Amino acid sequence: MASVALTNLDPASRAAARGWSDLTIRNMFIIPTLVFLIVFNIFPLIYSLGYSFTNFAANRSEPWQFVGLQNYRELLTDDHIWSNFVITAKYVIVSVAGQMIVGFGLALLLNRSFPMKGLITTLLLLPMMMSAAVVGLFWQLLYSPSWGPINYVFGLGDFAWLSNPDSALYAVAITDIWMWSPFVMLLSLAGLSAVPQHLYEAAAIDRASWWYTFTRITLPLVSPILLIALIFRTMEAFKTFDIAYTMTTQPTAELIAIRLYKQAFQQWDTGKSCALAYIVLIMVLAITNLYVKYLNKVKER
Amino acid sequence: MAAVRTSSEVALNRIAIAAVLIATLIFLAPIYWIASTAFKPKELAVSVPPTVLFEPEVTPFVRLFTKRVQMQKTVDPQAYEAAPWWEKKIYDGGERVLKVGKDVQLSQYPDRFMNSLIVAVISTVLAVGMGTFTAYGFSRFKIAGEADLLFFILSTRMLPPVVVAIPMFLMYRAVGLNDSHIGLIILYVAFNLSFSVWLMKGFMDEIPKEYEEAALVDGYTRMQAFFKIVLPEAATGIAATAVFCFITAWNEYAFALIMTNRRAQTAPPFIPSQIGSGLPDWTTIAAGTFLFLLPVAIFTFLLRNHLLRGVTFGAIRK
Repeated sequence: MASVALTNLDPASRAAARGWSDLTIRNMFIIPTLVFLIVFNIFPLIYSLGYSFTNFAANRSEPWQFVGLQNYRELLTDDHIWSNFVITAKYVIVSVAGQMIVGFGLALLLNRSFPMKGLITTLLLLPMMMSAAVVGLFWQLLYSPSWGPINYVFGLGDFAWLSNPDSALYAVAITDIWMWSPFVMLLSLAGLSAVPQHLYEAAAIDRASWWYTFTRITLPLVSPILLIALIFRTMEAFKTFDIAYTMTTQPTAELIAIRLYKQAFQQWDTGKSCALAYIVLIMVLAITNLYVKYLNKVKER
Repeated sequence: MAAVRTSSEVALNRIAIAAVLIATLIFLAPIYWIASTAFKPKELAVSVPPTVLFEPEVTPFVRLFTKRVQMQKTVDPQAYEAAPWWEKKIYDGGERVLKVGKDVQLSQYPDRFMNSLIVAVISTVLAVGMGTFTAYGFSRFKIAGEADLLFFILSTRMLPPVVVAIPMFLMYRAVGLNDSHIGLIILYVAFNLSFSVWLMKGFMDEIPKEYEEAALVDGYTRMQAFFKIVLPEAATGIAATAVFCFITAWNEYAFALIMTNRRAQTAPPFIPSQIGSGLPDWTTIAAGTFLFLLPVAIFTFLLRNHLLRGVTFGAIRK
């Protein structure tokens, strides 16, 4: 009798009769992750918001005082901080633009069948698998004015890439472009392979020029994925710390993340660095939001 | 592409392939330089003009793994004869390997390498595991405010590591998690989890619901259906996600620099800290870098097909 009754039930409630209910399973699967992320991402942020209104210093045991908005006021009127932001903006623009051009260009070249394509694609991904800190360290040798292979190959004599204040930031950006163009290439390849072939065939029958095909078919169809690559790389470039920190000590290459690190863990100005962290955070969120809005617009078209 | 191929199209194709090969060579040149420096005699690493062809040596690796001191006087010929080959290499370079009794003193590198391995493997397993469960939950069940929750999960990845590191440093110090493996593992899981959930959700959405429903009709419980039907189907996604999480955790620098100093320090902050003052020994640094790249390169190579598919999946579904 019981078995007959069970077969009449829908699958979900039958399963529920034997094991945990779907609701239990759903909660079991989702709640730990949410709790974990809140505890280790949101809670620390609230904690540091509190500290940003104090003159707390983590290396001293003296009691700290509530200073209100003083940290924020000092930071926003500090020319030094603003120059860090300008440096960061320059860095983001140069390195992200470079990665988009090199990465998308490589993808356009790779988007055809030829022998050993898989192997070459995998080899091209090697730079992004390395530790940025170690890459930065090693590019010091490549850029070395006296025995570096770069100056030798390009006949630049003893041009000191990393200690010249004018070139240090761009030298770091070049390394970053080398490291992350493969990422843009990978995403672009995915986008290019998704363009329906029949569109190209139709264009070929109409004897459309390469440029026309590229601007009217390829570009509009891959632009959403290019935007995704752009968002990811802009966010990451804005946060850059490791590669620049290990490559050069030039003040003209002091990105905002490096400034933040120094303020927090070398000068131990904890309260003020929490405030700076908040300013950076708000900027990241603002940039991301702008992008997401634009992305949604592009998708709607 | 098109059925008719004109001679100009063929020529264009050839030029494009040649360009790809040249670009590949340019991109690989720095990696070749690191790998080759790891096998160079010390003086060739900083030679003018730079040395491309040379007789490879393993001395940099011996130096990487041992603690040594500069020799004060010339080595006793008998001791030299009795020494193993790799110790002779060190003697030839004007150094002596430190020993306690008969035991060779190892440098800190093996320790740091093991720390990296422990932290990266455990955090990857946890991040991918939790991410898979959560992605299944989001993919199959109705959840109030699902889009907002997913955006919240993604937003945790937007935070610059240095921003999170300041309060985490204070909290860790309060509970004694500073400079511990567990502390670093927790941070890396928190950092990778959002990515893992998003990528896995793309894969879970691709697996037809009917598979589990059929299993439920056959008398499986929901959990059995998940483990026996859904998980095997999601293998490609799990592999791709694991590669990405492993690469991130293996190479992470900022958290490791701030949160560890001796016991749990990983290789990324360790290798640059060895540069010291004066003329750096690039061959030993290159050897350390080369060995450090190997696990990721092998892991990625083994899972390369999943990786390419994984990216394509997440990116194309809009």
